[in-house]
Amino acid sequence: MSARDVHGNQPPWPEGFRVVGRAQPKIDGLAKATGAALYTDDLVLAGMLHAKILRSPHAHARIRGIDARAALALPGVHAVITGKDMPIKYGVIPWTPDENALALDKVRFIGDEVAAVAALDEDTANAALKLIRVDYEPLRAFLEPEDALATPEPQIHEQTPEQKAKEHKGNVSKHVRLEFGDVEAGLAGADVVVSDHYEFHGTTHTPIEPHCALAQYSADGVLTVWSSTQITHYVQKALARVLELPEARVRVIQPFLGGAFGGKSDPFALEFAVAKLAMLTGRPVKCLWTREEVFYAHRGRHPMKMRYTSGARRDGKLTAVDAKILIDGGSYSSFGLVTTYYAGQLLTGPYHFPAYRFDSTRVFTNKPPCGPKRGHGSVQPRFAFEVQLDQLAEELGMDPLELRRRNFQGENVQTVNGQRVTSNGFLACLDAVERASAWKTRHAKLPRGRGLGVAGSMYISGTNYPVYPNPMPQAGVQLKLDRSGLVTVFTGGNDIGQGSNSIARAIVAEELGLEPADVRVVAADTDLCPVDLGAYSSRVTFMVGNALIDACRKLRTKLVTAVAEHWHVHAARVAFGLGAAHDREDAARRLSMREVFQLAEARFDTLGETGAYNTPELGGDYRGGTIGASPAYSFTAHVVEAEVDEETGRITVLNCWIAHDCGRALNPMLVAGQIEGSAYMGIAEALMEDHAVNRFGLHAGPSLLDYRIPTAVDTPELHALIVESLDPEGPYGAKEAGEGPLHPSIPAISNAVFDAVGIRLRHLPFTPAKVLAALREQRDRARGGEVARTARVASEREPC
Amino acid sequence: MRVLSLDVNGDRTEVAAPAHWTLLEVLRYRLGLTGSKQGCDKGDCGACTVLMDEKPVLSCITLAGMCGGRRITTIEGLMPAHLAAGGSGPDPVQAAFDRCGALQCGFCQPGMMLSARALLNEKPHPTRAEIKAALSGNLCRCTGYTQIVQAVELVIAEAAGAEPPAPAWAPGYNPWKSPRSSAPSASPRSDRDHANEAEG
Repeated sequence: MSARDVHGNQPPWPEGFRVVGRAQPKIDGLAKATGAALYTDDLVLAGMLHAKILRSPHAHARIRGIDARAALALPGVHAVITGKDMPIKYGVIPWTPDENALALDKVRFIGDEVAAVAALDEDTANAALKLIRVDYEPLRAFLEPEDALATPEPQIHEQTPEQKAKEHKGNVSKHVRLEFGDVEAGLAGADVVVSDHYEFHGTTHTPIEPHCALAQYSADGVLTVWSSTQITHYVQKALARVLELPEARVRVIQPFLGGAFGGKSDPFALEFAVAKLAMLTGRPVKCLWTREEVFYAHRGRHPMKMRYTSGARRDGKLTAVDAKILIDGGSYSSFGLVTTYYAGQLLTGPYHFPAYRFDSTRVFTNKPPCGPKRGHGSVQPRFAFEVQLDQLAEELGMDPLELRRRNFQGENVQTVNGQRVTSNGFLACLDAVERASAWKTRHAKLPRGRGLGVAGSMYISGTNYPVYPNPMPQAGVQLKLDRSGLVTVFTGGNDIGQGSNSIARAIVAEELGLEPADVRVVAADTDLCPVDLGAYSSRVTFMVGNALIDACRKLRTKLVTAVAEHWHVHAARVAFGLGAAHDREDAARRLSMREVFQLAEARFDTLGETGAYNTPELGGDYRGGTIGASPAYSFTAHVVEAEVDEETGRITVLNCWIAHDCGRALNPMLVAGQIEGSAYMGIAEALMEDHAVNRFGLHAGPSLLDYRIPTAVDTPELHALIVESLDPEGPYGAKEAGEGPLHPSIPAISNAVFDAVGIRLRHLPFTPAKVLAALREQRDRARGGEVARTARVASEREPC
Repeated sequence: MRVLSLDVNGDRTEVAAPAHWTLLEVLRYRLGLTGSKQGCDKGDCGACTVLMDEKPVLSCITLAGMCGGRRITTIEGLMPAHLAAGGSGPDPVQAAFDRCGALQCGFCQPGMMLSARALLNEKPHPTRAEIKAALSGNLCRCTGYTQIVQAVELVIAEAAGAEPPAPAWAPGYNPWKSPRSSAPSASPRSDRDHANEAEG
């Protein structure tokens, strides 16, 4: 067997699924319910010191010097470090290493990390921070991407004179322009063309657990870091690079993790700081960020300003789509290279595009760095395009749901940008939300003030593009069979709350015929577990799941052989299920799996196995063609029911029906949890959240009171509907469920507001002020006043 | 330093702690009761919620020095109290959160479950709106609250001997009908497309 084997979407035993497909409690549910689960900040080591980090008060400044002598002299302080202690740059994407663990010569946003202190307790460390003198030379700060684009100097990331002469990019972080098919001809041949401008604001992940890291450096030179990371493997590589240690001497462990959503994907300053401080002091060092610091760390949703132009024929079929996107990257690259591609590459489904062009530019600004947030890079364009589809439907006088149905790309197709789409349950998703919301009898028929809106989307199930290109598997697992009847799974996959360890348990129990309780999982410890690339791009169920099936199928052969030999029957008669082996032709003959393991261990020696998964060769044949290529795509449709209060401008979402094609639902309860959590997060971004800075670049409200995330009372009724398209390559046909269902929430609200009161909200967030302004404009336009057009032009900045 | 006399989960203990320490700091860093979480340290998120004389309080903004003579219950205290009262296994709130999938990352849930416990102690049959209101001081970022509310409704239904409401995603069967057991109790999903029967 090999890492590229396809295992098919059928049950492993002819008797059918016994574990998969049922609502199973999670492997760690009761540990979490009783408070027994240990998160990073719950860990305490003897003699442990506490670290705190000094942050920049300037949005953009050169560091002339740092004097830490007074801090170091404070009783209880054990060490102070600055950028000079860790001068090697890193970046999660190897092509853009532009970060220092602590600022070396420049700070690039208010909150950028400058120095770190290790002391007996947090109070002492905080007192020491106040004694550090930093001499700054403030530089012009860029807070708007248009400004940074128009003014190449001073550069936020300075190039050498040679680089400047060769490829002077000013403050451009990444530019991608790709064209597929003849866009001009498509637009010229269209019966209707809509061109408009859309804006997506910044939002951030806000996991309830703040980032935390704990480091220990042993006398024999092994660095161990426990961290609230969602990608252990990349943290290990980054620590080794920056601290100049061999990767084999760095161990990274992810304990229980309190939410991530993409916000714990990059290596962070605190991981390097605790490691370096532990190495310098010879004592364990922990750092827990405050909530305020979590907001500075950010790596959240990129603000985007987007111009979309789409053409359609009278029958609703799209002829061409043209996009121009300006991306505000904040102060560092992070995953920005990928973001810039994803902003264009992930739009080419679930609808057929005959011709498509996108031109996206990511620009550095002096704000907290943006990065991957749930639905990385594609939530913003999806918002713009799904609103534009409704505008096309309006122009054509067509039902917006019907317009989407007519443009469905189909199954087993190649997209215009060369991506392979196999299973595709989008039509079933549309049918499901249409029926559940009673769309046919209610859309465009509700009284003014209340409306229904629809939107669709597509997302990747893992990516063909590993962050560092290499020919090794993307997912590896190891199984250990114990003669007690227990199987232990070792996986580098990160369970960040989405339940990947529970899925691992279900797959192994299904394959080896075990009770789920007899499978335990050890995950995300780089010393114990084979490499997996971690929890991002919605890859873990798909890739780790396939790796587990690979390992189990190899082991199963041994187990079946041992039983067949013991019973003196042909192997085809042996079946396993739910803790027992039985003879298909003799119901009386049974063995417990414990007995089976012992027979097999006696026959084959100690039992263990590895398994792996790697993506098939996919992607378009052009530069960047593998970015956005995925072995499978998930599909979603939403219908939102919203109410608009025309007096206050307040939008209330009453109901949200979400139909998501996740392939086979391995555990429908966990799938539903992902669907509901995604929709909640999208609705929150549209109506409540805004990750903004003030005119000095200072975060507008780095607290959970000011950055308003919804409570139980603010969250509408969410109706999760599961569509199972059975993917040909996913484990038992499964695809992702954790990111796709966020996308349509946001445009569906805008479209519902149009149905309710006839205004188009194209600029996020949908605040009462914007609703009132649009209603006023609507009234003015009804009066036919010239005033309205002037007001509209003035209210919109048009950078694209 | 100050010596505090506390009653935590029924244990009377004496703890020395700085005078400005909060109840959360004493619980986590002196008593090792790390089930109570710090999410914001400002009283905004509710992850640190504990019960003080049966009422939910935010332990991150409660000075430990003010807790003398009060009965404190943390998440670690729920199951032992349930067992001591003659129950089996975890508290029904904890069991229901587990059975309904309400624990994703789990970080906010100790506080959430204690708020739910306090609500049900005071009012055994709250409406859905009352449940949401009682939990609105506890922020969750994973679930969208749906499975949390379903878990609380499961506790209420089972206490009344009634069947809990089935979720939208389970057409034709109710995954929460019978209590947790090692053998799967829910009927399996068929291989065909469930969208056909997914009436919300």
